[in-house]
Amino acid sequence: MNDNILTAIETKLGLSRRTFMQFCTAMAATMGLPKGADAQIAEAIASAKRPPVIWLHFQECTGCSESILRSDHPTLDKLILEIISLDYHETLFAAAGHQAEAARKAAMEANKGKYLLVVEGAIPMKDGGVYCKIGGQTAYELLNECVKDAAAVIAMGSCASWGGMPSTSPNPTGATGVPEVLKGTPVVTIPGCPPNPYNFISTVVHYLTFGKLPDVDDKGRPKFAYSRLIHENCERRAHFDAGRFAQEFGDDGHRKGYCLYKLGCKGPETYANCPSILFGDVGSGSWPVGTGHPCIGCTEQGIGFQKPIHALAEPKYIVPPVGYPRIVEEQGTGGNLGSVGLVAGVAGLAAGAGAMLARNLGRNPKPDDTDFGKE
Amino acid sequence: MSINRRDFLKGAAVGGAAAASCAVVTAGTAEARENKELPPKAVGLLYDSTLCIGCKACVVACRQANDTHPEFNTEDKLWDTPLDISGYTLNVIKLYSEGTADHKDQEDNGFAFIKKSCMHCVDPSCVSVCPVSAMQKDPENGIVSHYPDACIGCRYCVASCPFGVPRFQYDTPTPRIQKCQMCKHRQAVGQIPACAEVCPTGATLFGPVLGLREETERRHSLTPGVPSLFPRKTVDNLADGHEKPAAHYQPSTYGLTEMGGTQMMLLSGVPFEKMGYPHLDASSNASNSESIQHTLYKGMAAPVAVLGGLIYAAYKHTKHDGQDEE
Amino acid sequence: MSKHAPLGGSVITRTTVISALLFVIASVLILYRFVYGLGAVANINNGYPWGIWVVYDVVISTAFACGGYAMALLVYILNKGKYHPLVRPALLASMFGYSLGGFSVIFDLGRYWNFWHIMWPTYSNPNSVMFEVALCVACYCIVLWIEFTPAFAEKWGAAKHKHFLNRVLFVFIALGCLLPTMHQSSLGTLLVVFGQLVHPLWQTKLLPLLFLLSALSMGFSIVIFEATLVTSAFKRPSEAKILGFITRYIVALMSAYLVLRVGDIVVEGKAGLIFNSGGLSFMFLLELALFAVPIVLMAPKANRNNEKLQFIAAVAMLLGGSLYRIDAYLTSYSRPGWHYFPSIGELLVTLGIIALEILAYLVFVRKLPVLHPVSHSGEPRIVERAPAAAAATTDH
Repeated sequence: MNDNILTAIETKLGLSRRTFMQFCTAMAATMGLPKGADAQIAEAIASAKRPPVIWLHFQECTGCSESILRSDHPTLDKLILEIISLDYHETLFAAAGHQAEAARKAAMEANKGKYLLVVEGAIPMKDGGVYCKIGGQTAYELLNECVKDAAAVIAMGSCASWGGMPSTSPNPTGATGVPEVLKGTPVVTIPGCPPNPYNFISTVVHYLTFGKLPDVDDKGRPKFAYSRLIHENCERRAHFDAGRFAQEFGDDGHRKGYCLYKLGCKGPETYANCPSILFGDVGSGSWPVGTGHPCIGCTEQGIGFQKPIHALAEPKYIVPPVGYPRIVEEQGTGGNLGSVGLVAGVAGLAAGAGAMLARNLGRNPKPDDTDFGKE
Repeated sequence: MSINRRDFLKGAAVGGAAAASCAVVTAGTAEARENKELPPKAVGLLYDSTLCIGCKACVVACRQANDTHPEFNTEDKLWDTPLDISGYTLNVIKLYSEGTADHKDQEDNGFAFIKKSCMHCVDPSCVSVCPVSAMQKDPENGIVSHYPDACIGCRYCVASCPFGVPRFQYDTPTPRIQKCQMCKHRQAVGQIPACAEVCPTGATLFGPVLGLREETERRHSLTPGVPSLFPRKTVDNLADGHEKPAAHYQPSTYGLTEMGGTQMMLLSGVPFEKMGYPHLDASSNASNSESIQHTLYKGMAAPVAVLGGLIYAAYKHTKHDGQDEE
Repeated sequence: MSKHAPLGGSVITRTTVISALLFVIASVLILYRFVYGLGAVANINNGYPWGIWVVYDVVISTAFACGGYAMALLVYILNKGKYHPLVRPALLASMFGYSLGGFSVIFDLGRYWNFWHIMWPTYSNPNSVMFEVALCVACYCIVLWIEFTPAFAEKWGAAKHKHFLNRVLFVFIALGCLLPTMHQSSLGTLLVVFGQLVHPLWQTKLLPLLFLLSALSMGFSIVIFEATLVTSAFKRPSEAKILGFITRYIVALMSAYLVLRVGDIVVEGKAGLIFNSGGLSFMFLLELALFAVPIVLMAPKANRNNEKLQFIAAVAMLLGGSLYRIDAYLTSYSRPGWHYFPSIGELLVTLGIIALEILAYLVFVRKLPVLHPVSHSGEPRIVERAPAAAAATTDH
């Protein structure tokens, strides 16, 4: 690794070379990038200009921002001061009111076509969208204004991804996710309530390093985080496979850490990487299932905040464990060399003997049995 | 004299054989046995493959209820992995998967689960074939039970069951036949079979057979995709029900007519033949076999008559042999 | 003057020694089975619960042992007295065939200690075909030994014993004709309850009749087979002429069999399966071919006294009958995913049982009055067979 780059890192970020490399390696690992990507990330961060980020808040609880606040690698200060240029964020801004709005407009103008637009929260569409207004503009108007010159749009959290909690039936405000509002515009969605901050940060770092957003699925979710069901990586999966379930909170099975399927865990129908990277960097078990509460499927539209928490999940697909019986299993012992050989050998002997006997027939003493005919 | 008798006997023998074979072959003989009927208080199980998620809680519960030991089929032998019912496993769940196996209860590129355990037939082959009455069907509730104390281990039940249910223990010098007995020991103390008790989704239900049949009709009348309430544990237990969108079912209930009907019935989204349950006639194998036996041997009338003729012939043809044998 | 005499000569021959050895091996394996369980020796499993210990040792072996039955029918019921000389040797083979078949049942049964339940009224299930087969076979074993007692009486008994026997024997002869009719046909009925587990080319309501016809034919064939072997091995005069008379019964019986078998398949609409069933088609056609051989060979009157053709016809019939039973019970029986082929242990046990039959037959023939003595002018009655000459003849 180029020494200049490392020096630059040290000066710029105040990170030791080791800490910095750990960060890059962690980023690369989270995104499932190939070997050598950590070096690319290091170089990108050291040399590139910080991409500007405009962060909008709509119908949300700010939990997603809180989640970012708790990131550890990098810490928030490093993130917003050194990696990205956070040009507009209502929660973190010291300013408020017209000054804040003016700062936003200036940043958008100065970085036309280059800024990342991050949206947190759903957009109310009913009744002209009056249920969320900032600075006199409805969320819908604000979104459309900001998206015009954005280089990319990231929907942070379930609310922005598909409507989230505000969209729970009967959805009185018509809360809608960003992709549905901005039909046609590619939107990367990072669902979760809140999502793990590293899903978001990795996406940004990917953009920074490679100049484009990571591969996404049909719902715009980065595949490195949302391509597997929770059920597939769950640490309690072995209990599911062995049929061991907690029947009630606090019962014997629950205390032993058995599978929470019967308590309504939505792991089998929810895509997310929670069991893999957990939350809060505080060690194993730091996610809902790990603490003993069934997953509520917060990333999935139609599951999270829609399906009752204790209703049973429908498995989305099954990758059976080793040893799961199929309809027809090959069983029993067929012939082996020895047994078939023995049969063949005996048959051959008998055939040979029979042939010899047949050949010799007719050579016996001719006279008939003298008792024949006697009654 | 002897020529006439000889020819007569020969002719009689051939004619008798021909007559017997015709009697056996043509339908509607006097001794043809019809399928047995469903007992008055028949209880059974309903397994709905579209509700099953393959969690195997029923496999574990069956093991515990019947005190059978685990079977290891993976290299590391770490956990219980029965591949099929066996001399030590009375119930398994099997996985059907085709192509990409993306969609549940879909035949092509789909996956589904199916239970395998005793069907508790209305006219069981195993009961008919056991020479020592070790397999018996309860006349009231219809449960087919096995009595190892009577069993001689001939394995005719293993060979004749159309579903391949009774299994034998080949690995011990004191073997037993094993098969599901609907947890009759639990039913005796007011409980329900363990598989129905523990099933989280109500895929396995216990109840009176007539009640279960009504439930299958209800499910066939549901519109696919529309949420509906499904009972759990017993067929009438809607209070602890499980709501989910109804699946697209195969139009028939397996076990309604097959082999004269079975007390464990199946519903599925995938055709039953692909799940290891072949198409079977409505006429039970037991009735076919017993029809022949009864026709030939009812009251031992025919054998005694033939014996009479044979004794007469043998007497006639040996009485003059005097000193010499034969 | 007795019509039968012991053959005499030493019982220690190459054949009897090898047979004894094979049986000792089998005994060790059988003991192992009793100590460690069926699976320790045999490959039978829950897809194929009946292996060659049932299909060969019981089903085929008793069909081979129908010589006594066939001859009893001919001689005593149809009063063909001229076949007398063939009766006792046939009876002897039947005795051993059935007794050893019964013995095989004991070690094949998983819970053999409950074996007596079959005869006990509180356990009996008359609906079971196996119940009838078991009782019939057990009774018939006893009847066969009783039918053979005249030979014992001749060797060891007093004249009045023999006289008494002759007075009551006819009852047992009659039973000895009824019982095999019942159980040989029921060995076919056993398969009816398998329904579609047996391939449609073999599954039919005619199974009892087909099994009976083929068993009778196998009975006649085994008489020809053994008579030919004995003739050849002990250098006795040919019995071809007398054997020639019974070939016509084989022709009649097997013609009826083929008509019924193929006719039933056609009438039931299964004819399309004859050529569309892969390996099973081959087996089916092979069976028909083997059954056709005796008919074709023995139909022309001119061939009937030909020793060689008789022997070939008999062997073909025995092979065909065996193949029919193996196919009906094993080859055409299918359980998806299951495989079965007898293990070496299983095969050695079966071979040992066969060896014991041969051994016992040879001992009895030499020591008891079974065969008709041979007397030609000046020639000795007994021909000692030199060991070296054994190479030119069959294996026994």
